[in-house]
Amino acid sequence: MTATIIGFVGPKVLRAALSILVVVTLTFVVLRASGDPALQILGPSARAADLEAFRRHWGLDQPLSLQYLRYIQAAFHGDFGNSMLGGKPALDIVLERVPLTLALMIPSLILTMLIGIPVGAYAAMHRDSWVDRSVMMLTVLGFTVPSFVLGLLLILIFSVTLGLFPSGGADRAAGFVLPVLTLGIGGAAIIARFTRSAMIEVLSQLYVVAASAKGVTWRQVVRQHALPNAIIPVLTLFGLMLGGQVAGAVLVENVFGWPGIGQLLVVSVANRDHAVVQVILLLVTLTMTSANLLMDLLYGVFDPRLRASSAGSH
Amino acid sequence: MPVMMPRLKTTSWMDLPTRAAAGWVLLMVVAALVAAHIAPYDITAIDLRHRLAPPVGFGGTMLHILGTDDLGRDVASRLIYSIRTSLLVAFGATAISVFVGTAIGFTAAYFGRLVEHVLLLMIDVQASLPFLIVALAMLAFLGNSLPLFVTLMGLYGWERNARLARGLAIAAGAQGYASATRQLGAHPLRVYVRHILPNSVATLLVAATVTFPEIVLVESGLSFLGLGVQPPMSSLGVMVAAGREYITRAPWMLLAPSLVIVLTAVAVSVLGDWLRDQLDPTLK
Amino acid sequence: MTLLRLESVSRRFPVGSSILGSRKYLAAVDGVSLNVEAGQTTGIVGESGCGKSTTGRIALGLDSPDSGRVLFQGSLLPRIGSKEWRSQRRQMQLVFQDTLGALDRRMTVDALIAEPLEIHAVGDAASRRQRVWELLQAVGLGDDQHMLYPHQLSGGQRQRVVLARALAPKPSLLVCDEPVSALDVSVQAQIINLLVDLQRELGLGILFISHDLRIVRHVSDRIVVMYLGRVVEQGRADVIIDHPAHPYTQALVSAMPRLPGGFDQYVPLSGEPPSATDRPSGCPFNSRCPVAQDICRQSLPELLPLDSKREVACHRVRDR
Repeated sequence: MTATIIGFVGPKVLRAALSILVVVTLTFVVLRASGDPALQILGPSARAADLEAFRRHWGLDQPLSLQYLRYIQAAFHGDFGNSMLGGKPALDIVLERVPLTLALMIPSLILTMLIGIPVGAYAAMHRDSWVDRSVMMLTVLGFTVPSFVLGLLLILIFSVTLGLFPSGGADRAAGFVLPVLTLGIGGAAIIARFTRSAMIEVLSQLYVVAASAKGVTWRQVVRQHALPNAIIPVLTLFGLMLGGQVAGAVLVENVFGWPGIGQLLVVSVANRDHAVVQVILLLVTLTMTSANLLMDLLYGVFDPRLRASSAGSH
Repeated sequence: MPVMMPRLKTTSWMDLPTRAAAGWVLLMVVAALVAAHIAPYDITAIDLRHRLAPPVGFGGTMLHILGTDDLGRDVASRLIYSIRTSLLVAFGATAISVFVGTAIGFTAAYFGRLVEHVLLLMIDVQASLPFLIVALAMLAFLGNSLPLFVTLMGLYGWERNARLARGLAIAAGAQGYASATRQLGAHPLRVYVRHILPNSVATLLVAATVTFPEIVLVESGLSFLGLGVQPPMSSLGVMVAAGREYITRAPWMLLAPSLVIVLTAVAVSVLGDWLRDQLDPTLK
Repeated sequence: MTLLRLESVSRRFPVGSSILGSRKYLAAVDGVSLNVEAGQTTGIVGESGCGKSTTGRIALGLDSPDSGRVLFQGSLLPRIGSKEWRSQRRQMQLVFQDTLGALDRRMTVDALIAEPLEIHAVGDAASRRQRVWELLQAVGLGDDQHMLYPHQLSGGQRQRVVLARALAPKPSLLVCDEPVSALDVSVQAQIINLLVDLQRELGLGILFISHDLRIVRHVSDRIVVMYLGRVVEQGRADVIIDHPAHPYTQALVSAMPRLPGGFDQYVPLSGEPPSATDRPSGCPFNSRCPVAQDICRQSLPELLPLDSKREVACHRVRDR
């Protein structure tokens, strides 16, 4: 049994670790290829003595292979150098901003599920009705309209014209409404479409038909059989959703002037603040890789057949 | 052949949304091609007497159909040139994405073994990361210029195209004509260039129609953040960014480019669905 | 003159993949020796899964044997995929069963036939056109077909295209792997007769592989009978057909309706051949053999000359 679990988990963990290594390596290669790292990280205004000290500290006078190993070692210790602006350690600067971004992403992920699943399920149960068709048309708009356009349109309607909500501001509850809505709508459209097709498939399956024949009501069939079975594949979309949320957060934070990681990233890119950009890139990589790993493992728990087949003959 | 008739009709005849989508895309392409001839003003022509003039129908005059911006520049003219820039960037980037993806996919299929494993790992890594973040990091590390920016946009979707191309190459190998040509004594390169590639083109083109609108969106997003297309050039995202400053006083500055972005993205996605149905070999 | 020579060739494939633990192997071809003479035909016959196609691929140099040697015109075949290997393809060509899958559906008939000439840079464009024209005539395709695409042709016409493609670089050896199995009986006869005529004209050596003894008998000078990867009987075609010695050959021959020279005593084969992964010990045929005895279940019979005209691998053949 333990061997089976290791056989199932082992390759996936290894793969996740390899993915992170690939990103770290590529970052190293791109940074080295783009010029003198000392200049890149400390900036052109740095004093010669500082540059020299930096090169010695990072072992830049040593062979490339040794530099690579030291780079990975430093990355593991969370040592990414200091930010160009203010000179604080890059890692601290980024971690300060994490709670604000999470405060945006978590409610919007919940909103995504709260809108997407019921809407998709309703559309599936009233398949081909006018409600279904208009919902499906709206979802096309929902995931093709880029979040920065959507955010600005919401500001135009709800704060400029109607004056209902402020156009941002993380210091009060009302300020959350528009950014969370903007970030959630695109994901909700995808979830709604996915739930709809999953529901349609589940509803057409035989055991549901059989259950409905035994005298239980349609409502019970949906609540007890169809919905739980349709939600499992929807949950596995989570990894994909998270990627969209991360990219969306960058744009939405900039639309609403939200001081999270997304805004920090854009400011750092504009200033070419390599240390901070590196930390954010690795943070995103780590998050996405762990989310995907978690989804893989959960999928194995939900679907034991998968576990058995991938473990093979061990 | 009477049996074939209804089938041909249903698959090749466009329904109303598809026709509308095709019409819009055609309009955009034409506008981009003849921008210099139809734009009423130069994009940098400043008309300080008519700053923030509203569009026709909202109190504006025929002088500036879609109104003017904060410097009195004609919004319609800027829009036409922005469409051209956005489409050109997306077109170049899509070509790069399909080319790079196909080359990598074929390489993986041809060499197999370690090469294939390494390339598949790269594909997985790219697929698991949001492209916007990768693009922003590259812009920070490498700086920005138009050729570099187009190349960077060309990395969008390469992993999907690579997966597709690898699948096509493997399927072609299993189909027999590839191995039959190889056993005639053909060099493997010839088999790929003369047989597998031409047989894959239709599918790769459909993939390109999916990649294209997504690149338009990524480009406009980066330009909106001020990290994409740089002034004096204008793109749809640049216009949206400029418009947000005047969202209360001149909402048309924001709405005109936003509407174009939304309509183009929806239209190309509708058209892509239709094309996929047309070229899907299972429907033939 | 011996054109092609296989000397105790074996090929096994791994079955099921496991990183740890022992791997099982399937012996597709086990110690097969045979010759193809210039201008003559050697036929291989046997049920599906007996290793005849693998033997054909090895003979053609598309697959390499695990042990044994393949000699073409007296020398070993070059490494697969090497430059020498590619240029040697001119000499040895394959005619196969799945003509629709094996012809690029985007190419016209004349482009398909010209392709081997282009690959081997034979002549200039004008002479290649001339050669394509001759080949179209030779395989009996008309003026109106050269611009068609594979899916617009009938199965028989496609097989003619495949034949023309194989003949284009003027090979000296042709390996035909079930070339007519996908065709109607009447079309089968046309293609077979065309093949026999072309062989006479061009002096080709042919290795003809089929599960159908009637067709093999019609084209072959020599016949090799295979069962579960091993040769059970081989020799002159007329001798094998008229006086089969191995019980398996006897069963095959007796299943042919109304054969001139008569073998009217029908010996039905019971059951399916056992899987090649778990071959019975002793003679591979013992589980279905009507005359099997204890020795057949214990030791593997060797292929030994029965008379000057053939060899047989059977313990019981001298008893009867």
